[in-house]
Amino acid sequence: MSETVLDVSDLEAGYEPGVPIVRGASITVNKGEIVVVLGPNGAGKSSLIKAIAGLVPISRGKVLLDGKDISTAPAHTMVRLGLAFVPQTENIFPRMSVEDNLKVACGILERRQAPARIDEMYAAFPDLLRQRRTPAGNLSGGQRQMLAVARALIVHPKVLVLDEPSAGLSPKFVSMVFEMLSAIRKSGVTILLVEQNAKAALAIGDRAYVLVEGKERHEGAASTLWDDPVVAELYLGQRPLRKDSARHTETGGAA
Amino acid sequence: MIDLVGYGAFFLTTALIFSLVTLGLNLQWGLTGLFNVGLAGFVAIGAYTSALLTTPDDPTRLGGLGLPILVGWLGAMFVGGVAAALTGIATLRLRSDYLAITTFGVAVVVQLVALNAQKLTGGPFGIGFIPRPFGGLAETPLLFNLSNLAIVSAVTLAAYMALEHLTRSPWGRVLKALREDERAAISLGKSARFYRVQAFAVGGAIMALAGALQAHFIGFIAPDNYLSILTFQVWVMLIVGGSGSNAGAIAGSVLVWAIWAGSGALTSVLFAPEQQARAASLQIVAIGVMLCVILLVRPNGIFGERPRRARFGKRTKATASESGS
Amino acid sequence: MSLQFVVDGLLTGSMIGLGAIGVTLTYSILRFSNFAHGDFMAWGTYATLAVVGAIAAMFGKVAPIAPLSFGWPLIVALVVGAAFTALLALLLDKVLFSRLRKQEQAIIAVMGSFGASMALRSLLEFIFTSRPTYFSRAIQIAMPVGFGIRITPDQIALLLLTAALVLGVHLLATRTQTGRSMQAMSQNPALARIAGIDVASVVRVTWVIGAALACVAGVMIGVLVQIRPLMGFDMLLPMFAAAILGGIGSIPGAVLGGLIIGLAEAGAVQLIGAEWRAAVSFVILMAVLIVRPIGLFGVRER
Repeated sequence: MSETVLDVSDLEAGYEPGVPIVRGASITVNKGEIVVVLGPNGAGKSSLIKAIAGLVPISRGKVLLDGKDISTAPAHTMVRLGLAFVPQTENIFPRMSVEDNLKVACGILERRQAPARIDEMYAAFPDLLRQRRTPAGNLSGGQRQMLAVARALIVHPKVLVLDEPSAGLSPKFVSMVFEMLSAIRKSGVTILLVEQNAKAALAIGDRAYVLVEGKERHEGAASTLWDDPVVAELYLGQRPLRKDSARHTETGGAA
Repeated sequence: MIDLVGYGAFFLTTALIFSLVTLGLNLQWGLTGLFNVGLAGFVAIGAYTSALLTTPDDPTRLGGLGLPILVGWLGAMFVGGVAAALTGIATLRLRSDYLAITTFGVAVVVQLVALNAQKLTGGPFGIGFIPRPFGGLAETPLLFNLSNLAIVSAVTLAAYMALEHLTRSPWGRVLKALREDERAAISLGKSARFYRVQAFAVGGAIMALAGALQAHFIGFIAPDNYLSILTFQVWVMLIVGGSGSNAGAIAGSVLVWAIWAGSGALTSVLFAPEQQARAASLQIVAIGVMLCVILLVRPNGIFGERPRRARFGKRTKATASESGS
Repeated sequence: MSLQFVVDGLLTGSMIGLGAIGVTLTYSILRFSNFAHGDFMAWGTYATLAVVGAIAAMFGKVAPIAPLSFGWPLIVALVVGAAFTALLALLLDKVLFSRLRKQEQAIIAVMGSFGASMALRSLLEFIFTSRPTYFSRAIQIAMPVGFGIRITPDQIALLLLTAALVLGVHLLATRTQTGRSMQAMSQNPALARIAGIDVASVVRVTWVIGAALACVAGVMIGVLVQIRPLMGFDMLLPMFAAAILGGIGSIPGAVLGGLIIGLAEAGAVQLIGAEWRAAVSFVILMAVLIVRPIGLFGVRER
């Protein structure tokens, strides 16, 4: 049995008291895995991972990171605890240079470590090195995602959590982002992501959950989930629906 | 006894003139969400306009057209409304803070003109001999005060009814809807902005009318009457009464003016004459603290509308402060 | 027209610019215009004055550092005064602004600052009366430096102090982790938290810098002009105008805006007359709002 990094149990969370969007969801992420959370629009996928990242108030349940309860930790302490979150949009500081975007995230590292760590990020993302002095707001969509992911990775997180990393990107960049995530996993980072683009996400994922009405309804290996009739029923529905979900992906529509 | 009635009439007249300013502010802030920290400037514009239109000719300054009082009041409303409209046009496409800063600037500039444009405003000495309605009754103070009260009451009542009507009209509902979401109001573009400019202009006109009423009631104006303390008093009146409610605006004005006048009378009894200026500043400190406490505890005022609930998507605004304590 | 207005303008501009740094930081990081900022200026100045008085009581009369009009007591007092002003700002944030900022409408905090401004100013009037006072009544001889310009040693010292402070704050904002965190907060507060930035500490640093610089600007006014409870309130419009002219959030912009307004005021004093000085800021403010509301170095809000 592999080691559990993130253990979410019976989580209830929502923006307004008494109006939960996440209703008793439980998921686990094991070390070195890519776990994908799928689900129809409005299923609470985004809210689930935002709650895990400390951005949506949790009213019940637990989030354990390496066995430690982080469900009440404020958002700004999450990176220190080992959880790095990449939001779907507005995930860079647009008027700071690429390099300053990385530097500002190094706050929890020791001062001496930071330059080496930034160089490692540049080695992993050569595009960023070429644009290090460019204001981040001038980057292309794909490069922004790279910067956002590099910003999150720079602090050696135990788990990297991403909210729809491919949303709003052109097809060329979508495949680039998923290749990037696959490579990151190979370097030993554990990843939890929410995606609308089910096919592409399942292609790189190890396991997946299908979230419906704020609760996980199905769990399985990523490779088999696509063909599972229960999943087709729950999430993918009839053929036209799949088209629908693909359209939402293009327009960057959030759950 | 007659003295008391006379004083009561005088007190109420002043309080109702304040109510009129507060009603104007309530239209701007309570209904439309436009923040005016320079309302003393608009009150001053009304007072000076009406004074210039109605005073008898004076060789030492311009104006002095000797027109009827009613013309003075209408002129005050017109000029005050135009000044407010211009302020609105310049700033209402921007974030609300810019309107606040600009109105603050308007008050500073109006004060400056009142002080320095001697030819127009009489400078620091102001303008005297402003005709008073029922001036012929000045020999019998009681009758004079009561007739003034009657006029001011009538004007305030008329303004109140007009504003109540406006609030319930489709126009008022649009303003309320725009107030709920500033971003939407800005992004809706010209049509939305035009509604807000209208509201700001009408509010400015009401404030100017109040300034004119006050000028003709006292018969004399000077720049000192229109310092930022006036702005501050009216804001406290609106917040105490509860922004959004016209009746609350009037009640708040009378209540706060009673507290103000009462504590002023108290300090003049309690403190030696040379200490009174200091005591008066303590009075302002107390009211300032009161304003802050009300904002903290009941931001919509003591008699105000029930607090509006924060909605989704508006949270981002609060994130800057979330852990700021 | 004499070139003397350049010196006068640079001095006024320094005072406005130092104050405007606080205004622009508060606006961009805490997201409200602080109408009490001018009163931080006045409180800092009176605190400095009180410390100068205390030092005089303890050490007797201290000779000024020639050729300046003041000695070490004022320098020590300025440091204490700046610390006091910073504490005052932090205290006010704790009891008032932090709570108002949590409310739905950002403008509620502006209103609170207006009330706080009135209370702070009147409290000064209560304690010190509204009569003007001075750090020193000594009259300095202005030295001619050519082109018809005369300048006093105090003025030179204060211009140098301004330059040093502006450079220091600029380096802090652009070269340190604290400065980057402040930039991050102003550009995207939600992401700043996700990136592990401690919002509360950035808020504290913002208040401390703004308030300390306000104190220095106030003491400059006290040394060169006079000390009155209204001194800060009268600077409010020029400070806002400078911050907006420079572009909200930009420290160099705030200083440049301050200098432009200072020079324009000094020029207007010569051309039109001193009584119209206060209108200059308003004219510039309106021009900026109509022509280029984002200011010289500003950026469009998201």
